[in-house]
Formats: sequence, C-alpha cells, structure tokens
Amino acid sequence: MTWVLNNLEQIIELTLVHIRLSILPIVVGFLVSIPLGWVAHRYRHTRGLILTVVGLLYTIPSLALFVILPPVLGIPYTSEANVLIALSIYAVAIMARSMADALASVDPDITQAATAVGFSSWRRFWTVEFPLAGPVLLAGLRVVAVSTVSLLTVGVVVGVGSLGYLFTNGSQRGILASVLAGVVATVLIALVFDRVLALLGLWLMPWTRSERRARTSIVDPSRSATA
Amino acid sequence: MNLFLDAFAWLLDPASWQGPSSIAVRIGEHLFYTALAVLIGAAVAIPVGWLIGHTGRGREIAVGVAGAARALPSFGLLFLFVMIAGVLLRGPSTILVLVLLAVPPILAGAYAGLEVIDRRVIDAARAVGMTEWQILWKVEVPLGLPLLLGGLRGGTLQVVATAVLAAFVNLGGLGLPIVEGIALRDYGRMLGAAMLIIALALLLDALFAVLDRVAIPRGVRAGRVTDVRTASPRRRAAADPPATTEKETV
Amino acid sequence: MFTARNKGRYALVAAAVGASLALAGCAQGDPLDPGSGSEGSGEPIVVGSQAYYSNEIIAEIYAQALENAGFDVERTFNIGQRETYLPAIEGGEVDLFPEYTGNLLQYYVPDTEATTADEVYAELAVSLPDGLQVLDQSPATDQNSYNVTAEYAEANGLTTIADLANIEGGVVLGGRPELEKRPYGPTGLKEFYGVTATVQATGDTTVESLLEGVVDVGNVYSADPRIEQFGLVTLEDPKGLFLASNVVPLAAADLPQEVIDIIDEISAALTPEGLIGLNVRSTVDEESAEAIATDWLTENGFLG
Repeated sequence: MTWVLNNLEQIIELTLVHIRLSILPIVVGFLVSIPLGWVAHRYRHTRGLILTVVGLLYTIPSLALFVILPPVLGIPYTSEANVLIALSIYAVAIMARSMADALASVDPDITQAATAVGFSSWRRFWTVEFPLAGPVLLAGLRVVAVSTVSLLTVGVVVGVGSLGYLFTNGSQRGILASVLAGVVATVLIALVFDRVLALLGLWLMPWTRSERRARTSIVDPSRSATA
Repeated sequence: MNLFLDAFAWLLDPASWQGPSSIAVRIGEHLFYTALAVLIGAAVAIPVGWLIGHTGRGREIAVGVAGAARALPSFGLLFLFVMIAGVLLRGPSTILVLVLLAVPPILAGAYAGLEVIDRRVIDAARAVGMTEWQILWKVEVPLGLPLLLGGLRGGTLQVVATAVLAAFVNLGGLGLPIVEGIALRDYGRMLGAAMLIIALALLLDALFAVLDRVAIPRGVRAGRVTDVRTASPRRRAAADPPATTEKETV
Repeated sequence: MFTARNKGRYALVAAAVGASLALAGCAQGDPLDPGSGSEGSGEPIVVGSQAYYSNEIIAEIYAQALENAGFDVERTFNIGQRETYLPAIEGGEVDLFPEYTGNLLQYYVPDTEATTADEVYAELAVSLPDGLQVLDQSPATDQNSYNVTAEYAEANGLTTIADLANIEGGVVLGGRPELEKRPYGPTGLKEFYGVTATVQATGDTTVESLLEGVVDVGNVYSADPRIEQFGLVTLEDPKGLFLASNVVPLAAADLPQEVIDIIDEISAALTPEGLIGLNVRSTVDEESAEAIATDWLTENGFLG
C-alpha cells in the first residue's frame, strides 16, 4: 500500500475530477427524463415507443459512443463535453423509464381526487403526482448515480481524466495497487452518492419516513430497486 | 449519414464474414460469454434470492452486497482480475466480471418476486397443509416468475452490452471490431459492431418477452393485474419489475 | 405533504445543484471551445501525451523544463492513441506532444518506403499537415519490434524475423488489436520474410501472454523494460519491416523559438538507454512521472 500513500495526491485529485464529472450527467438525466417520462405516462400509446427508443440508447457500448459523438456533434475528441454528453444520454435512458414507472405508481384515485377538487393538470402534476412518484423516482436516480460514477471510468479511453486513469496506467505499468485503488475509490464515490441521495430523499419526502417504519415487512421499492 | 453508410458497407461486405475473424465468429463469442455469465449468475442468484424471499431473512445483507456489486466498475475490475490471476485465466476472469454484473438484478428479481406475493396466499397454502418446500415450488416460485424474468432480462441486457470488455484481454467478441475500429479510425467497423450489439440486445429482449408470455401461467398474470389495481401505490411500485436498467457498458 | 417547509427544502436543493453545476462548468472551461490555434504571449503552452506511461514521462519532462524557463504550461496528458489525439493536435487544442517518427509517418503515409531513422525523419517533415511541425528527433527510440522468449528462440534457432519462416504451421502473433491491419502485421511478415502469422489481440497483456505461451511472438515496444527484465529476444529486422521510430516532438507551427530551443536540447540529451531507464523507474520502481521527470532534468542539468 506504499504506492497508494506515495500517490495519494494524484488519487485524491482524480477522485475530485471524477466527482465533478459525475454530477452533471446525473442532473441532466433527471431533468430531461421528467418531460419524457411524463409524455410516456400521459399518452399511453407513446409509452412503448419512447421506452423502446430510450432502451436502445442504453445498449450502445459506451466505448463506441465516446468515439462516435465527436464527429457527429462536431466537438473535440478530448473535450469533457464528449464524455458528459455520452453519460447524460445513458442517464436519460435509465431515468425516463423510472420516471414513467414512478408516475404509474401513483394511485389513480388520488389523481382523480385532485382533478375533482379543481387542480389544473399542470398543478396536479407538480403538487400531487410528482411528489407521490418521489420514492420510485429516487430509486431510479440512485441507480443512475451509481452507474454514472462507474461508467465514467471508461472515459479514460478518450483521454478524459477520471479514476479510469488508474486502471489503464496501472495495468500498463503492472502496478496492482493502482488498479485496486481505482476500483475502491470508484466504489466509494458510488456508495457515497447513493447514501447522499437516500438521505436527501428522506429529507425532501418526510412522509416516507413514517411509512417505512410502519411497513417494515413489505417490500420497500426504493430499496429493492437499488439493491 | 456517412458514418452509417460506412457501417452498413462493413456489415454487408462478404469479406467481413469470412475467415477466423469473421463477424459470425465474433457474434458467437459474444453470445457465448453473455449466456455463460447469465447462466452462472442465475445459478447463484436465484437460489439465494428465493431463500431470502421465502424466509424473509438476510435481505439487508443481500441488498448491501448487491448494491456494492452494482457500484463496481467492470472496466477496472477486469484489469484487476487479469493482473491477479494471470493471462491464462483471462477467460474465467472476464466471465466473473460479467457474472458480478448479472447477479444484482437477478437477485433482486428473485426475492422481490417472492416478497410481493400477498401473505394471505402463503397462509392459505400453509393452511391446506402444504410443506414449506411445496409452498416454495407450487406457490411462491410461479407467482414470483414475472419479476424474476424481469430481473433476468435486465441482467442479460447489461451483460450483452458489457461483454465488449472481452476484447481488451484477447477474447474477441463484438468488442474487438470496436477496439480495432477506434485504433484504425475505421468508424464504419466500429459503428457496425455497435449496431450488431444493439441488435443482439433487441433480440434477447424479444426473447424475454416471448418467455414472459409462454412461461408465466395465465392465472398468475391475471392475478397480478388485479393485485396491481388494488394494492397501495407503494406496494404497486414494488410489483413493477425492479429497476434493472443499470448501465455499465464499455 | 407539500408543505411550505418542504418548498424551502426543494429550493435549497435546487440552488445547491445549480451551484455545483456552475462550479463544474467553471472548472472545465468551455467544453465546446475547440482551443486556441495561435500562441499569444499570455497563452499557456499546452503539452499533451499519449495514454502510454513512457510517453507521459517525456511530456512531463517537456512541461517541467518549460515551466522552469518561466512559461505557463497546461498539461492534457493521457489522450488515448494516435487516432484519438492527432485530430486534437491538428485542431490546435495541443501545442506540443512527444511522438515517434516511424509510427507518426505511417499514420500520414501508410505505404511509405522509408526505413532508416534519417529517411523517416526527412519524409515525415514534408508529410505533416499545415500548422504542424516536428522539432529535432532524439537519438532515443521506441519502436515496434517482434520478440520471443529465450527458450522459444533457442528451441527454434531464431535470431531474425526471417527465421520464423522455418517454423511449421506458422506462428501466433500477439499485439494490439489493430496489428492485424497494420503494414508490419501478417501482410508485411508474409511479404518481407515469407512468414505465416495469425494475430491474437493481446493488447496490454502482450508480454504476459508471450511468457505464458499464449502467443509465440509478441509485438512489444523496443523501450519496454520488460524485454530485458524477462530476457526476451528481440528478432532482428534486416529488411526493415519496421520503420525506425525515434522520439520526436510534434509541435504547432507557431511554437515560439525559445520553446523550440529548450525542447531541442532535451531531445539531444535523451538517449535510448536513458529512455529505458525512465521506463524502469516507472514500472519497476513504481515512481510517478512527475518525480522521474524532475530527477532526469536535474541529472541532465536542465533544472537548478
């Protein structure tokens, strides 16, 4: 482990870059998926189409996407924009389905009640459906966060600094500690992101706290989905 | 678009389909790794998931382990395993990385499938004198099948997209034309291979849709629909397939 | 459930996310800016490197030497392979980059006939696209070479690549995945030496695969310390299948003369043995590129 101590500065630096680059795709994925998921939920006939197209995006190997995006979008190969856009696409691919599922999880009786007391569909969406969809949405977001952190390591193939550097460089030089440090740091970031999002969920959706205590024996979707 | 024309040119070129590095060979390798990893993953995850779902014990541990497994970067893990085990064991190392990817969604599908079953159904089964073994096989497993298939589907799609990694350790697969394409600036080759992977994913997805129709008893599907209508929102969310859409492809 | 207190929380989270995104945006600069083509007096000099540890050490040497001379330096290291980073250099994103004459020439002139170091350098100088130049080449070389284990060499009586033709059933060649399509790959082997070879894409595990007998012949860079470490035999190449490949700085055409002077001195001081020495300190002693570069510059009188 002396290698880790000797190179601690570099590991920390790469970790910080990794965290910084992970945040944007997660946020973009969340924001873009709101309208997409809403359309898929609201107009039933579009659901299959949207979720299939989005599911297709998600099977594109990231290695290929990193190399194809620059010529298609006219951006430099080595730019962070390249990797950020690619990861945002994957985040949307995961999140749009979660969003549609989350909205579908809202009890229709409640939305009907909201309509009956005169909520406009805009207001009903933001004040009733969206908050009630929260727990399932949060589960999806946690999956997005973990996968984005993990996937960012591949960006090193096109030269975008991240913990992936410790994999390729360490493997070339035959330094096991380097690769191991990269794996451990990546997992740690992913777990911290996951915890932060879970706590944020409890804080923003206080009503899920009491429910959790009351229904311990029943499957908790936010847990099973990230498990 | 030019890139796509190049991709089709590569896919349709008879030379691409000949010899030891033919596209057909690459597809075969890719499917072999995928199938092997999913089968091993299922052999591990399904019994454990059923045990957890049936007994209701050990869930927290399983959730924790599976969550940590999801956070593992496959890309780094492969380098790590090959460095530790040596190049002669690169095959098992690659399969292990893919198995680790397949296990969390399958595990979640297996135990969630059992957990969402109405407790009264289990109690009824017990009341008519079924043994625990019978309850598992005759009640819980069939009723849990839809979610299990969902988990298997998610695991398979992740593995088929991530099997690209095999190319980094001399094991071929459809990742090889992608890596070659990057190095040779032959984007048609790279995009063509990526399109083949997407096609494979679609095909496997369709296969699971068929399985879903064939393997799940009519009664289960009917029961599942009513269950969804009457259950509380949170409960219904749980009845949806577990989120298996984690992306971890290279 | 949608209380006033909660609204405040949502606003707070939104603000926090916004702030972190703004931070991310600042730190990365403008990602869509293709970079500055010309070198103004206040512009930093952008030094790049391949995703190859040895190349990174050379780039770090350039960077530290320039910093020592008072230049503002920006490092964009580890930008993939030639096919990924050359567009970046041609686009003006990078000003200075350690390269290798033979490999670079083959990129621009795939069917080149040059083989010796001087031929390669001369042809390279006139084959570069506008806006790029190569500075003086260094005596240090790091080129493709075919290697076998000592046992295999002895068992089959191998000293040159031509001797491989005597092996019945051909040989299995390990190397980067694209070796199959390279001019010095199976096609070149057949044409130059009548050797029949099939390629295994061993990538970064080529040396290990060679040692374990997965492949018979490995395409290894000549400055790889593991050639000596594991007693590999580098097969001679009398017919010039491989191009000589010396370390050469690839630079923007408008690189200031003071910079060129410094880099030329470094190239002259870097010897083939010196380069292998740098690599040994990276792979065997596991030192960082930064420390290795500082030591080399000090030993050779560039710092201090």
